[in-house]
Amino acid sequence: MQPAITLATEYGKAVEIAASDDQSPLAIRELTVSYGEKPALFSVDTVIPAQSMTAIVGPNGAGKSTLLKAALGIVPRLSGNVQVFGEPVEEMQDKIAYVPQRASVDWDFPARVLDVVMMGLYPQLGLLGFIKPSQKKHVMECLERVGMAEFAERQIGQLSGGQQQRVFLARALAQNADLYLLDEPFAGVDAATEKAIIAVLQSLKENGRTVVCVHHDLATVADYFDHLLLVNIRKIADGPISEVFTSENLQATYGGRLASTHIDQLKLPAS
Amino acid sequence: MGAEFVQLSLTPMLIGILAAIACALPGNFLILRRQALIGDAISHVVLPGIVVAFLITGTISTWPMIFGAAAASILAVIIIEAIRRFGKIEPGAAMGVTFTSMFAAGVLLLEQSDTSSVHIDVEHALYGNLESLIWLEAEGWHSLIDPATLATLPDELTRMAAVAVLIGIGTWIFWRPLKISTFDETFAGSIAIPVSAVGFGLVVSAAVAAVAAFDAVGSIIVIAMFICPPAAARLMTNRLESQIMWSILFATLSAILGYVFAGYGPQWIGLDNAVSAAGMIATVSGLILALACFLAPHRKRLGAAENLGQ
Repeated sequence: MQPAITLATEYGKAVEIAASDDQSPLAIRELTVSYGEKPALFSVDTVIPAQSMTAIVGPNGAGKSTLLKAALGIVPRLSGNVQVFGEPVEEMQDKIAYVPQRASVDWDFPARVLDVVMMGLYPQLGLLGFIKPSQKKHVMECLERVGMAEFAERQIGQLSGGQQQRVFLARALAQNADLYLLDEPFAGVDAATEKAIIAVLQSLKENGRTVVCVHHDLATVADYFDHLLLVNIRKIADGPISEVFTSENLQATYGGRLASTHIDQLKLPAS
Repeated sequence: MGAEFVQLSLTPMLIGILAAIACALPGNFLILRRQALIGDAISHVVLPGIVVAFLITGTISTWPMIFGAAAASILAVIIIEAIRRFGKIEPGAAMGVTFTSMFAAGVLLLEQSDTSSVHIDVEHALYGNLESLIWLEAEGWHSLIDPATLATLPDELTRMAAVAVLIGIGTWIFWRPLKISTFDETFAGSIAIPVSAVGFGLVVSAAVAAVAAFDAVGSIIVIAMFICPPAAARLMTNRLESQIMWSILFATLSAILGYVFAGYGPQWIGLDNAVSAAGMIATVSGLILALACFLAPHRKRLGAAENLGQ
């Protein structure tokens, strides 16, 4: 057992982050979030391994999206500690690219595809920095990688759902991050887009990046991901897919709402 | 167009143009954030602010009025936020109840207090006194380069120009945070843009524009300019950058045409009285929006229809 670092939280409760987690792309300790009186997440601990493809899975209202937003500080944490590559997340925001749910924005907004992807450059550009030709080129390459280069001048409202999702992914690529957090990237997209997105995510992983996705399709979990976090307000289980993706864990996560016949159809590597 | 134009029409026109632009700029973002009513709210709550400032100071000098109006706007913004958060009421309704009650309170206060000796009344609050903001000392176009005569320009013009320039510079400096947080608030939060501060700054700049414009031109123009030029501009283009330019153009056009129609329009149709310039400017901005609805290139958008239901 390696020595542990003890950190004091603002509530005076000691939260330990083991030294072995020190360099994890995302280490979350005792994260509790509440909207009003009910906790949305309660005391969630998890450590995401470097260069992994992690799925966050759980029923509706389980706090999956909240987990990402709270980790990033977009929604306030009631308590808990989040570290990114061993540093407080607030200091590491330029290492993280976040892709919100596609449905969370108004696609009628007056912007072209290019304008949206350029938003990914903001952390480099600051308020008034000029966009250099090399940066413009980088943005076009990102669009190329998601197969959207020919739509660069298109108004975003004229895209299909799958194309909009690709634009969001291109914006994240433009950020050139080490940790990618995606909220339901496959929701409501066509099969071709799903394939394209997973190919891009896999290439990120091969290049040493870490990918975390909120995911809702149990049928593809084992195909797409190598690490799994099951949540339903609390953490149910986390670890490699081969150990954690079991029918017992799924029953515990979905609280019996998942028909056993449905579970039988899944390719469960651990059963 | 000679000396008489410079003396009587140039300053009211400029004030109208600057007021229109100062309101239209933040209006672009307010509309995209579905907060367009906030302009309406602020311009109504200015009335109780001014009446209270008068009751406290006993004068209608400019700075107490502006201070009262600003205080009332900030109070209204806080009340709206509180109703929305704690009452769990949708923002439009929260704005609606706040500004109508505060405006009504202002009317009651005005009725009860002895303001007959001074020029505050509801009509003035609505239409301002644009036509009276003339430049008597001017003797022609050459007055524009004469420092002594320039010093006699109406204060309203200097103030409105300062506010318009301030809002223009602010929009330019904070362009990226404004644009990103208006389009995608959660993403903006993830790249360390202070989303709440940006939103608050936008509302405050709208309040500053409304208060300055109210002083010179009344609340009718304020309400119209927050909404009409940006809404018409949205129908002209699919890029925010060009939308801003179109909104400035439409605001300027409304101010010029409105002022001219108000002064000369009635003569053209054989009547001898001029009509209120502020009212006409607001009407023209509405007509431009109506025209844009029928003729503008981007009025039929995928996605636009489904947003109406939200």
